[in-house]
Amino acid sequence: MRVIVGVKRVVDFAIKARVKADKTGVVTEGVKHSMNPFDEIALEQGIRLKESGAVKEVIAVSCGPTACQETLRTALAMGADRAIHVPVEGAAYETLQPLAVAKIFKKLAEDNQANLVLFGKQAIDDDANQTAQLTSALLNWPQGAFAAKLSVEGGSKVKVVREIDGGLETIELNLPAVVSADLRLAEPRYASLANIMKAKKKPLDKKTPEELGVDIKPRIKTLSVEEPPVRKAGIKVENVDGLLQKLRTEAGVTF
Amino acid sequence: MFSIRSSALSSRVSALSSALCRPRAAASAGVRAMSMQAVDASIGLTEEQLEIQRMALNFAKTEMAPNMLEWDAKEIYPAETMRAAAKLGFGAIYCNPDFGGTGLSRMDGTVIFEALSTGCVSTSALLSIHNMVVYAIDSFASVEQREKYIPSLANGERFASYCLTEPGAGSDAASLVTSAKREGDFYVLNGTKSFISGGGEHDVYMVMCRTGGPGAKGISCVLVEKGTPGLSFGQKERKLGWNSSPTRQVIFEDVKVPIANRVGKEGEGFSIAMQALNGGRVNISACSLGGAQEALSIAREHLLVRKQFGKSLASLQNSQFKLAEMATGLQASRLMVRQAAQAMDSKHPAAASLCAMAKLFATDTCFDICNQALQLHGGYGYLRDYKVQQFVRDLRVHQILEGERRRILVMVSDLVNHVFGTASRGTGTNNGAGLAPPLTHLLLLLV
Repeated sequence: MRVIVGVKRVVDFAIKARVKADKTGVVTEGVKHSMNPFDEIALEQGIRLKESGAVKEVIAVSCGPTACQETLRTALAMGADRAIHVPVEGAAYETLQPLAVAKIFKKLAEDNQANLVLFGKQAIDDDANQTAQLTSALLNWPQGAFAAKLSVEGGSKVKVVREIDGGLETIELNLPAVVSADLRLAEPRYASLANIMKAKKKPLDKKTPEELGVDIKPRIKTLSVEEPPVRKAGIKVENVDGLLQKLRTEAGVTF
Repeated sequence: MFSIRSSALSSRVSALSSALCRPRAAASAGVRAMSMQAVDASIGLTEEQLEIQRMALNFAKTEMAPNMLEWDAKEIYPAETMRAAAKLGFGAIYCNPDFGGTGLSRMDGTVIFEALSTGCVSTSALLSIHNMVVYAIDSFASVEQREKYIPSLANGERFASYCLTEPGAGSDAASLVTSAKREGDFYVLNGTKSFISGGGEHDVYMVMCRTGGPGAKGISCVLVEKGTPGLSFGQKERKLGWNSSPTRQVIFEDVKVPIANRVGKEGEGFSIAMQALNGGRVNISACSLGGAQEALSIAREHLLVRKQFGKSLASLQNSQFKLAEMATGLQASRLMVRQAAQAMDSKHPAAASLCAMAKLFATDTCFDICNQALQLHGGYGYLRDYKVQQFVRDLRVHQILEGERRRILVMVSDLVNHVFGTASRGTGTNNGAGLAPPLTHLLLLLV
């Protein structure tokens, strides 16, 4: 079985995001980046499937500027067998949206005869939570989003325990399938020094969107990105009547 | 370790979501945010070193930083964390891979110890001492000895301690008196070693002892294992810092050690000890770098948050200048440490003196950075709840051990005298003699 894992290079979760002065997005220049935490979890799961013998090959994929190769090297150090970088630079990268990424992954899954595509449930920069679902729809493969547990059953199915609002849902998917990782799916390992050294020798290939025949033009235009409004101080009311009055006149609640 | 990691991960994610929603109070106060790029420890590193640094920083942040204060307050030896670090390859960083070493360079080692020290200086330093001993075994021991000791010392099964100092022999290490009398196929050791990091806890002790006459030439190096009859340990010392590292006297009372445990020839022990110390100095300096980096970062955070007289302290030019001076000192220290490490890797003849100078400069400068960082915290800097005071306490000893300042100054000034051809000031072995001794002899014999 062959697994493709999407790993996105995002602004490190610990960095306080700042909006650019021109309101076109968040400041990314000179800011620390790392692998999207949910992608790390998905990758860890893929590697564990390989270690258990269920999977033969784990391929890490990242779409974006040259710096994404850092993220791919980390993926190789953790245990992926090979990596594919889909270069998307500058303005094209700033407007790269989940639908375009899903189309890329569809083509790569077909070209590489993948049986399973793993994603993190969402990227912590855009919080889109769309790529896995779009990919599964484009491929017409079953999907298991928000996976907290994933196991391969007999080589032709996967069992996924999903974290949903109501609790936990267990589903069985026929392979090939698309799964997105939630927080508790797998705790990512630290790449050992020996594996970091070995990663240098693992293949890292490039495949441009043109070579893949994918149109990555955006379908959605971002009009502006702004900080959330500064939180205003609260006020005290004298009694319940005062509270009801405020709710009616200021909070816009009708009753 | 796994449960620590997943709670850390979920707190990472929730920290992220709350961070995105927090109002930008600091930005709206018109404060010039200082870019920390100039104090970026990743400048000048290769791709592989960057990956190593990333991993080590991650390990430090997740496994060490949350425990740093507790390990210090309760004097906990973090055995699990040490073991986990060794399993990742941090146990024998620059030893040959044939018996389990990771096969990286001294330069890589400095990157690692600096990164780990951002999490806990004391633990990182103890790990570096262990690495120093394993390296000495790797470099000077026979194949049989290496095969016997390296694998378990590299993978975290066992840890090692370095035993040179005695109650009567500190800077004047060559005057040590722990004796090793030859009796058949054994040496019988008698004496006391003091200030031994890992003493009582670690399994393998590299002991410099006297097999021959007085002075450096009479000293040999033997490996003694915990549990050997006659080997005992003093009470755990109560220290100002380095509290995750147990420090004890190591006491030898007719301890029989097989001749096969001697590393190198008789009389080579002092040279082995000194060569090990060169690298040890670079490592300790790297630990200072990490502590100072973290203290600087913490100080900056505090200045952004703390307001007095209607403005944040970070908006005051005096505070900004203070941080700038600290950052500059840190950068300078880092360059000295890295060049010294690279000189060791390339076996440059000036390596030992570069290590000495780096140790002198970096340990002093980094301690000052931490001390300044404490000052910038005002009263809060004095509270044990805040990390900055621990960085001050932990870094303080780096200015003392592995070559007390004055010894280092003797080393460096003798080198300078030698280079400029002036009469020798008087070395440990050549008091008042007119001619400067040969360079390599000088560098090996001075503590």
